[in-house]
Amino acid sequence: MDVARLGDRLRAICGREHVFADADRLRTYESDALGHLRELPALVCLPGTAAEVRDVVLALHEAGVPWVARGAGTGLSGGALPVADGVVIGLSRLRRILDVDLANGRVVAEPGVANLAVSAAVAPTHFYPPDPSSQVVCTVGGNVAENSGGAHCFKYGFTTNYVTGLEVVLPDAEVVTLGGSELDRPGLDLVGAFVGSEGTLGIATRITLRVVPVPETVRTLVAYFDTMEAAARTVSDIVASGAVPGAIEIMDRLSLRAAEEATGAGNPLDVGAALIVELDGPALECEARLEAVLGLLERNGARGSRVAADEAQRELIWRARKAAFAAMGRVAPSYYVQDSVIPRTRLAEVLGRIDELAAEYGFAVANVFHAGDGNLHPLVAYDATVPGQAERAEELSGEIVLACVEAGGSITGEHGVGVDKKRYMPAMFGDADLAAFQKLRCAFDPDQRANPGKVMPTPRLCGEVPGPYRRHPLEAAGVAERF
Amino acid sequence: MDVVTPASAAEAAEVLASGRTVRPRGGGTKWAWGGFADPEVALSTERLDRLLEHNAGDLTAVVQGGARLADVQRAFAEAGQMLALDPPCADATLGGIVAAADSGPLRHRYGAPRDLLLGMTVALSDGTVARAGGRVIKNVAGYDLAKLFAGSLGRLGTIAELVVRLHPRPPATATAVGETDDPAALARAALELASAPLELEALDVRWSAGRGVLLAQVGGVAAPARAEGAAALMSLDVTVHEDDAGLWAAQRDAQRSADGIVLRVAGLPAALEAVVAVAERTGGSLVGRAGIGTSWLRLPDAAAFEHACRELPPFPRAVVDGPVRDGVGEERDPALARLEQRVKARFDPAGALP
Repeated sequence: MDVARLGDRLRAICGREHVFADADRLRTYESDALGHLRELPALVCLPGTAAEVRDVVLALHEAGVPWVARGAGTGLSGGALPVADGVVIGLSRLRRILDVDLANGRVVAEPGVANLAVSAAVAPTHFYPPDPSSQVVCTVGGNVAENSGGAHCFKYGFTTNYVTGLEVVLPDAEVVTLGGSELDRPGLDLVGAFVGSEGTLGIATRITLRVVPVPETVRTLVAYFDTMEAAARTVSDIVASGAVPGAIEIMDRLSLRAAEEATGAGNPLDVGAALIVELDGPALECEARLEAVLGLLERNGARGSRVAADEAQRELIWRARKAAFAAMGRVAPSYYVQDSVIPRTRLAEVLGRIDELAAEYGFAVANVFHAGDGNLHPLVAYDATVPGQAERAEELSGEIVLACVEAGGSITGEHGVGVDKKRYMPAMFGDADLAAFQKLRCAFDPDQRANPGKVMPTPRLCGEVPGPYRRHPLEAAGVAERF
Repeated sequence: MDVVTPASAAEAAEVLASGRTVRPRGGGTKWAWGGFADPEVALSTERLDRLLEHNAGDLTAVVQGGARLADVQRAFAEAGQMLALDPPCADATLGGIVAAADSGPLRHRYGAPRDLLLGMTVALSDGTVARAGGRVIKNVAGYDLAKLFAGSLGRLGTIAELVVRLHPRPPATATAVGETDDPAALARAALELASAPLELEALDVRWSAGRGVLLAQVGGVAAPARAEGAAALMSLDVTVHEDDAGLWAAQRDAQRSADGIVLRVAGLPAALEAVVAVAERTGGSLVGRAGIGTSWLRLPDAAAFEHACRELPPFPRAVVDGPVRDGVGEERDPALARLEQRVKARFDPAGALP
């Protein structure tokens, strides 16, 4: 690849100041939030419009150069890790909200718009439910690529449940509109196929999102338990009661301690687990459910609980939870975070297994997780300055992932496969499954230049479609159209 | 047309790879959808009809594609749970409902079939059986092929097995019903309720012979009181019904017609008045999901159908019932058609599927 020549062409598209190749500036883009994986790209370009994105992709297609699209770089799976000799297409300049249609509950946004900015654009009557912890900075384009979740997806679902339409630049630079504002459209659900494809099918340049009315009431409580088992049992009882809380989160002793040191939110330190339950919805429903939940807390031996009396108290409860990752720095210099999911009914059993593994490896493992949907975020604490610890911690982390898969779960609930977890894909998917994934990939990107080396455990070729496409007799006769 | 009845996903894949043209068939309630000619082989899913797992504590289930929704629903109900899908047709199978992306009034709160899928096992035309997704309610590993297959009408392969998310069945429901003969008042009330924080189970409209009805169902421990609250927001002639199953069965049933023409219009909530106006002018009737925007227009004859197709706002649409198959007046983006064709060609290179 002639980097200088490609750089010139990209500068002609994006403007001189938006394309760079010097190592200092490239370094900003060498990793995403999974900081230990790094790679310097050959070039970074920052197009400012959808048309420029299209022209950049065309230039790269013609030059045969692989590329990686990037939002805010908050991903935790190395999904935005650059490819050596490739180009990073940063979408941070595409941050306009193009349309707000409250009557129909739709927002049209460019990919670089921050997740929280969508809710801000439709406040105070509506909001955009998917709420990853990084929502202040993470972008909706990145959310689409990763099918991001958040604390509230047990009740509200994931990004994929809120994207109705996408304008996409395909890897061959063709621009195609998938879906639209309307739901229930005939035709293949290519929006559904694109969301969560981790940047391997193209770049979304215009995203239509569904927003929903803000619930009438929110009631948030935190309760403390001597043991993790009691907290987990309480979650099962709450769900069995028919309640669908907006969020149910558990923090264990270690993460509670770290978060408390960081935030001073007022959590006790001598407990085995803290349980956060947030009920939202119509006031009549919420109050009745809250009564029932308080009864279940008591029945399961909660050592104390606090129902937030106002928004400030609610913020305080959530502050400890949302700070948990960052606060781990107070417990250990480095940590390795996983994102596995288990069937919720096997929570106690799998947590026991994690404790065993942690003891075996001699590391502390903290647990902060979305208990409603069984999405664990075990944090393996280690010291990167001690030779060999990083490798051992990663190995332990992998053992935990596999224990979750064995329990019928998944290697990733919301962070994505990226580079980090692709080696675990064979634990969940067989060869025929991966081959089916590859069919989709190849339909969109036969040259595999969009974010190569992600998702799939081993590289696979696309190959030609064997034989010419045969039209269905009915189609040939003009009786029916392909939809 | 031969009918074959495989007993496993692997056997189904063999049928798809046999070299003959094949279409899957469940209850046969939507066989005409898509307007395809009969294939050489109909792949009946009648022997793939089992509920394989109901994990009540996890609110998940694993179901074979040929299982009838009504049958699995009974099993879920015993645990106070439901699969939140309520399309018309008692004989419909889960695989067929998902493949056709059909839905009923509960779509308002719980989404389309695609939104309730956690994983899927499909038989493919290369003779393989592939699995996508997982068995837990949160999972982003791998491509979301379950969504690709939902609504694909059997064109990419056959749905052999589904993993679905269940929901608690509301302990009680109640429905506020508002009536009016003014389409504008009906549309206003529908929008008002759609944007209010009522957390409705369903929000439907109905229009027939100059008379409109808005139905708002609440479910939960405080259902009747909340239904009164919804009724108060309607500014229509209102009644509240606690015994409301019949009302919703009628909404569901009106999505189909044994002898008429039914056109499904993928509209938007704010366009309801325009779609009602077309129903009124063509002598047709309508049911629809007011908060979603999708309507089913029932039209008396071919002339009314053509009239409606010309006058409707440019929303995507599909014929659900009736002999009319083309001329629905939808323009296709050629770039999208090419991409769909590329996807189709990867999954069905020999063109054995519709």
